[in-house]
Amino acid sequence: MEFFIITGIKAALVAFVLLTTAAYLVWIERKVLAHIQLRVGPYRVGPHGLLQPLADLIKLVTKEGVLPAQVNKFYYLLAPFLAVALALVSISVIPFGKQVEVFGYKTYLELANVNLGILVILAISSVSVYAVALGGWASNNKYALLGGLRSSAQMISYELPLALAIVSPLLMCNTLSLREIAEAQAGFYFGLIPKWHIFQMPMPQLLAFIVFLIAGFAETNRVPFDLPEAENELVAGFHTEYSSTNFAAFFTAEYCNMVTISAVATHLFLGGWNPPLPEVISNWIPPAIFVGFSLLAFYHATQTSPTRPWDKYTFPVLGVVLLGLAGIFTLPLLRDALTPLFWFAAKTGAILFLFIWVRGTLPRFRYDQLMKFTWTFLFPVSVVQLLATGILVAIVN
Amino acid sequence: MDAILFLIFAAIAVGCGVNLVVQRHPISSALSLVGVMAALAVLYLLLGAEFMAAAQMIVYAGAIMVLFVFTIMLLNAGSERKTDKALFARLFGVPALIGFIVLIGFLIRTLLPKTENVVFGTFTEGTARGVGLKLFTEYLLPFEVTSLLILIAILGAVVLARKEI
Repeated sequence: MEFFIITGIKAALVAFVLLTTAAYLVWIERKVLAHIQLRVGPYRVGPHGLLQPLADLIKLVTKEGVLPAQVNKFYYLLAPFLAVALALVSISVIPFGKQVEVFGYKTYLELANVNLGILVILAISSVSVYAVALGGWASNNKYALLGGLRSSAQMISYELPLALAIVSPLLMCNTLSLREIAEAQAGFYFGLIPKWHIFQMPMPQLLAFIVFLIAGFAETNRVPFDLPEAENELVAGFHTEYSSTNFAAFFTAEYCNMVTISAVATHLFLGGWNPPLPEVISNWIPPAIFVGFSLLAFYHATQTSPTRPWDKYTFPVLGVVLLGLAGIFTLPLLRDALTPLFWFAAKTGAILFLFIWVRGTLPRFRYDQLMKFTWTFLFPVSVVQLLATGILVAIVN
Repeated sequence: MDAILFLIFAAIAVGCGVNLVVQRHPISSALSLVGVMAALAVLYLLLGAEFMAAAQMIVYAGAIMVLFVFTIMLLNAGSERKTDKALFARLFGVPALIGFIVLIGFLIRTLLPKTENVVFGTFTEGTARGVGLKLFTEYLLPFEVTSLLILIAILGAVVLARKEI
């Protein structure tokens, strides 16, 4: 019984954090893209547009859900449900940090410890293509159908390099459980270089990491591989006919998948929650960052302009909150639980930022280029990289 | 608990299998087949064959069936039209089916050797390690022959496709 209560609480917490992250990822994406293009981005709702996700949510939920006349109703309604359900399921096998003790109850920061964790994620990501393909087909619209077709072809093709890129770090750590993969990357060479898989001997996995990221972009339908929803060719691709909450479901699923694939990349290649520097130094980095930002806030409180009269009250409050966070990270009891979580979130966040950065930088591929790229370049490269890793691991053992 | 889960997912598998035959539209049939495969994966999991379950989902549900669905969508196949059944099928179809099922059941009960009942949770060799060890020691020859077969199939596909271009 205790198990069910604890798992229920954890599941609710993970779902809440994931959905909030997905919502704010949209805000961050719009802000970063805007600044890349020398715009301001969302600014009206709340300070710096911080309440924009909430406003978007209210707008999407209260809009009329249009059910077009010519659609296949069952599959039309099944597709967004499938998309969001699969996106939420795949996060459940990802661990977020080391064992923690809450009120004397020891638990791991994860929902399910599956010893085939990485295979479960592959299985779910390979099934989630149905959501897009079905949505496109059931809409009974030529643009939606083309989007669905493109998406299924693209996802089948990019799954191969993705799987091959996953295999080579697995060869080095000999396990499929994501927690054990992260634990295998603890420690440092010469007390300085972390033993993450992208640095680990005998074969640093930098190439596999790059292949994984490229295939991950394609799997999540992101620019430069967002052909299934290419606006200037296909209106909105597979979700052209969707509106209201059904559209929101597809939208949420895409951002949840981004979070999942970034978390998997963190675990496979960037050492999970292991810090980038020895703990003597790295334990002081999170409080140092928070203190730095709070000092910045206090400085800006003194630089008030007449057009922003509230700054001299809001900035000191922000500064005190940040100082409090810094204090929490120095308490020895909380530090052991929170610092791994901080590093995990920081690395995942860095990869998510890369997703947005690439979107702001690269143009979209043409469809034949997309297919040619994976079959004639990415796939051979990942095979060669896998062979090299296998040979080197065999020699060392 | 295991027995209840087994019954639920066995029922889902059989239901999806029947639905596959009954449905008129090819997409519905293909998706019923995906349902059968997902239910089978859960049954593998219950029997302790974890790796088989994951492989079932990745290979069958995630790759092969996606290709089926893709082809159906690409050809834009419509619903099947119902034809007038032959007199023989109308009169003897259902009785012949029942007779066939009874015959198969009888043959399985009498001809196959008596086996022990399956106990859930006793088989523990279904991990990636267990499957890998078996594949590369005991079943090495069939494994390699299969890979050769797949290679030949790929070559055949390439040769056939080149004529078109």
